[in-house]
This record gives sequence, C-alpha cells and structure tokens, in this order.
Amino acid sequence: MTLRDAWPVLAFGLVAALLPAFVTAGTLLNFAIFTLILCLAAQGWNILGGYGGQYSFGHAAFFGTGAYCAGILQVRYGVNPYVTFLAGIALAAAVGAVIGFLSFRSGLRGSYFALVTLAFAEVFRVLANAVPFTGGAAGLLIPLDARPVNFQFGERGSFYLIVLALVVLALLLTRALERSRLGAQLVAVRENEEAARALGVDALRVKLAAITLSAGITGAAGGLYAQYFLYVDSTIAYGTWISVEALLAPIIGGAGTVFGPVVGAIVLHSLAEATRSLVGRIPGIDLVIYGIVLILVVRFPPRRLPALIRARWRR
Amino acid sequence: MNSFPPEIVLEAVANGLLTGAVYGLVALGLTLVYGVLHIINFAHGALLTLAMYAAWVAWAAFGLDPYVAIIPLVPIFFAAGYAVQRLVIGPASRGDDQNILLVTLGLSIVLENAMLAIFRSDTLSVQVDYAMEVVEAPLFFSAPMLLSFPRLVGFGVAFLVAGVLFVLLTMTDTGRAIRAVAKERTGAALSGIDVAHIYAVTFGIGTACLAVAACLLLPSFYVNPRVGNAFVLVAFTIVVMGGMGSVPGALLGGLVIGVVESLSGLYLGDSLGQLGIFVIFILVLLFRPTGLFGARA
Repeated sequence: MTLRDAWPVLAFGLVAALLPAFVTAGTLLNFAIFTLILCLAAQGWNILGGYGGQYSFGHAAFFGTGAYCAGILQVRYGVNPYVTFLAGIALAAAVGAVIGFLSFRSGLRGSYFALVTLAFAEVFRVLANAVPFTGGAAGLLIPLDARPVNFQFGERGSFYLIVLALVVLALLLTRALERSRLGAQLVAVRENEEAARALGVDALRVKLAAITLSAGITGAAGGLYAQYFLYVDSTIAYGTWISVEALLAPIIGGAGTVFGPVVGAIVLHSLAEATRSLVGRIPGIDLVIYGIVLILVVRFPPRRLPALIRARWRR
Repeated sequence: MNSFPPEIVLEAVANGLLTGAVYGLVALGLTLVYGVLHIINFAHGALLTLAMYAAWVAWAAFGLDPYVAIIPLVPIFFAAGYAVQRLVIGPASRGDDQNILLVTLGLSIVLENAMLAIFRSDTLSVQVDYAMEVVEAPLFFSAPMLLSFPRLVGFGVAFLVAGVLFVLLTMTDTGRAIRAVAKERTGAALSGIDVAHIYAVTFGIGTACLAVAACLLLPSFYVNPRVGNAFVLVAFTIVVMGGMGSVPGALLGGLVIGVVESLSGLYLGDSLGQLGIFVIFILVLLFRPTGLFGARA
C-alpha cells in the first residue's frame, strides 16, 4: 500500500477529527461516537461478508466477546482497561477462528453459514444470560472512574478521537487488504470458490484469515462500546441488533468497498435520528426504516441506479 | 444431575411431543417454502408473530375464540403470503440467494418492529376458560399423568393440517404443479406451469400454516413482538434436522425437538433449557447438513 492508496482514508480521518473543535453539544458527539463504534463493527463484517462473500448473521458473537472480555477482566480481575481492550480483540479473533474453522471445514456456505453464525451468537447470548460469571441477566457494570489511565475521559471529545483513530486504522487495514495477495484471493473465493481453488487458492485458509480479522475488528467495536457506556448485558452484547447493524451498514453503503460501512452507518443513523425527530420516540420505528431501506437497496442496487435513471430518461 | 421418577420424565416426554407437533407445523411452512423456492425465509418468525397478534386482535376486538379464528385467518394469511412473495420477495431478490436472505431479513425487521411500534413490548395473552384445563391420561404403573388440553388440541390439529397438506400436494393439480416446480423449475415452466404463481401459492401455504400454528399456540402461550424469534430458530433446527424441504422430516423433527426441549428444561432448568436446541442445531449443521433422516440436499 502506498500513500496514494491511503490518502482518501487519511483525508476522511482529518476532516472527521475536526468535529469536536466545532461541536460541543453532548448529544451530537454522543451520536457521532455511537455511529463510529457501529462503523467499526460493520467494517469487521465487511471484510468477511463484503470481500469474502460469506454473509454472517451472527457478528454479535464477536462484538459481545470483545465487550464482555473488556468488562469482566476489569471488574473481576482489576486488569488495566487498555490491556482488557486488546485482550477482547484477541479473544474475539480467536472465537472467530474457531467458528470459522468449524463451519468452513464442514463446507457451510450461503444460507447455511448465515444460520450457523446466528445459532452461535444465540448460544453465547443464552450462556451469558445464565451464568453468574458474566453478571447474568443483571449485566455487568464497569465502575465510573473518569481518568485517562482508566480509558475513561471527563469529556466526550477525547473518546471520540480514539474511536475515530481506530475506525481510520480499520479503514487502512481494509485498504491494505484490498491491495494484498490475500485480498485478491478472498475476492476470488467470493466470485467463484471452485475456480479459485482450481487456480491453487487455499480457500479454507483464506476464509479463516478473513473471519479472524473480521471478528477481531468487530470485537474491538464491542470493547469500545463497553468502555464508553460502562455497561454490558447479554442482549446488548450478544443480541441480534448488533448482528443486524453490522450487516446493514455495509450492504447499504456498498459491501466490499473501503468506505461502504462508513457511508451505510452514517446514512442509517441519520435516517433513524431524522425519523425520531419527525414522529417522536416510538419504539422500533427506526428499525422499521432500516428494514425498508434494506429491501429497497436490494431491490434497486445503488450501483444500478444511474442505469435505471437513464433508462427512464430515454423512455 | 437430578434424577426424576419415571412418571415425571414420561410426562415431560408427552408434553414435549404435544408441543413438538406445533413446532412441526411451524417448521412445515418453512420446509415447504425451502423445498419449492429454495429460499431460507428469515421472515418466518416475524410472520408467526404477526399471525399471533392477528389471533389476539380477533379475540380482543371481536371476541373470537382462537380456535374459531383459524377459519378467517387461514385465507387472510394465505393471501398475505401470496402477495408478499409476488410483490416483495420475488421482484427484489431476482433469484439470487443472498438477495433473498437480505430481503426476508429486511421483511422480518420491518414486521417485528412495526408490531413493537403498534403494540409496544407488553406481553399479551388471551383468557379462555379451557386454557388451564388438563386431561388425565392413565398410566398403569402410577397415578395418571396430566396433559394440557390446549396442547392436546394443538397436537391433533397439527397432524390434521399435515394430512390436508399431504392430500393437497399429492392429489390436486396445484399440488402436482408445486411438486413439479420443486423438482425441476425449468421443465415445469416449459410445460406451461406459471412458476411465479406457484412460488407465491407455496409461500401462501407456508404462511397459512403459521396462521393455524398461531391460533393453536395462543390459548396456552403469550404474544409479544419478539415471540416469533423463539420459534424461528427452533423451526430452522427442525427443518435442517429433518432434511431441508422434507415434509415428513419436519413433523418428525418437530416431535424430536419438542421432547429434547422438554427434557433439557427438566434437567437443566428453563434458562439453559434453550441451549439444548441450539447445540443440536449447530451440531447438525456442522456434521449432517443434509438432515438426520437421510434426505438428500
């Protein structure tokens, strides 16, 4: 990867880094941090789903592992939050490697892979809800102690910059993957696995690398979530909502592109906020909009939009 | 692990079989849609929730007994299923596997959250005087075991519906067309079968099965916007276990899962009891994705 490959990402990072200088409203920064955390989770999904074509419906398994690992090590063993954050990424990546090994070795693809990842996430959710180690149904509260050494900050601006830095890192990583041999092999597996294998691509190894990286990135999002909201429970960490968020953003913004998840997450959350301010806080209404947008995007893929408009124009 | 006297275990097995038949009915709709359209319908659970709300509204607003509500709800849900496949899923997916996954996922998100917006997250149930009634089944070695009346009705009706479906699929022209499309879509189209119509009819039948299941569940169960999720993973488990697309496999799988759930609830407690199903699901997917009963994918 050269500077020429990286400059759009760096430019995005620089512009976004200016936000706290202009915006001091807590709610807006809060919104920006939450959206960026979801960008990160979605970028994780994008590596496996977008570039690798393996649609996971259970990225909550990785998000939750990152979140719980960060929380449990801090609360129960008093480990430094920065260390627990990294440990969460490592553990999420390991969980990804194991789930990937089991499912890809059995040759699960397409709908079957979606189903098995969904089931794994549900198993984690039921377990986390039942065993006392995770705080059970009551959840896990990380004690408030706002000092930078604790990965907690008095004002939101600093946390925003850290989350942004991690998102930029994930974007650079994705860009590097795109330019690498592994990335090319991954896309080859997505387009035609048999053909890729016939050309000597070790499909299992490539997919395993993708799911490990993917799970690690989504796990980082989970760790950030726990650290920002200082609370984790089984429906937040392992709930279907995060699996859906992680999948929707890249699909809507453009799966298998560097900026797709960022665009998708921003579009979705702006839409949700706009709806809330229009019709009030009716529970579930934002997700109704998400669902409709998802169906419309599949029905009228944005890539085909220019062609569709031209066809109408000529008529 | 606790040990229980045999009559308790036997009662758990019997209750599991009764619940399992309704699971089987839910799975029947799913497997039929899979067998013919070759799609995994993620909206199945949300459609079940919708049917349960419809049955609840029929009871709350019109005073209709859930068992009577089957009569109006089946045609309504058949029509709804037909329309959803014809107007939403079919055009949006353009036959692509991943598009179908996404469209049905989108549909389930819309339905589930629209119900959350309308009914809020409160748990609703119907009050009918037979809900708590039990039937005594004699056992020769101990006191008779008690079986819940609504579950017994559910068991009977589920098998009745399966029988009707069997007759429909084997003895009518539409049934023959459905089986033809399931076996060989292009060939069926070439011999003059309207494939898009048959797809929609199949989807409609699958949705109508849900309407029946919803009416059977309501007297002894509750409804909230997420209730379908609990059933849909169970239904997926059953469908995968029974062999994707296999109708008898779905019924048999339903009974097995009902018993597994009931026994793991007995031995592991309610919160961990669900785990048994997911573990079976993962194991079957990993090691026998073509189904336990030898059906070929």
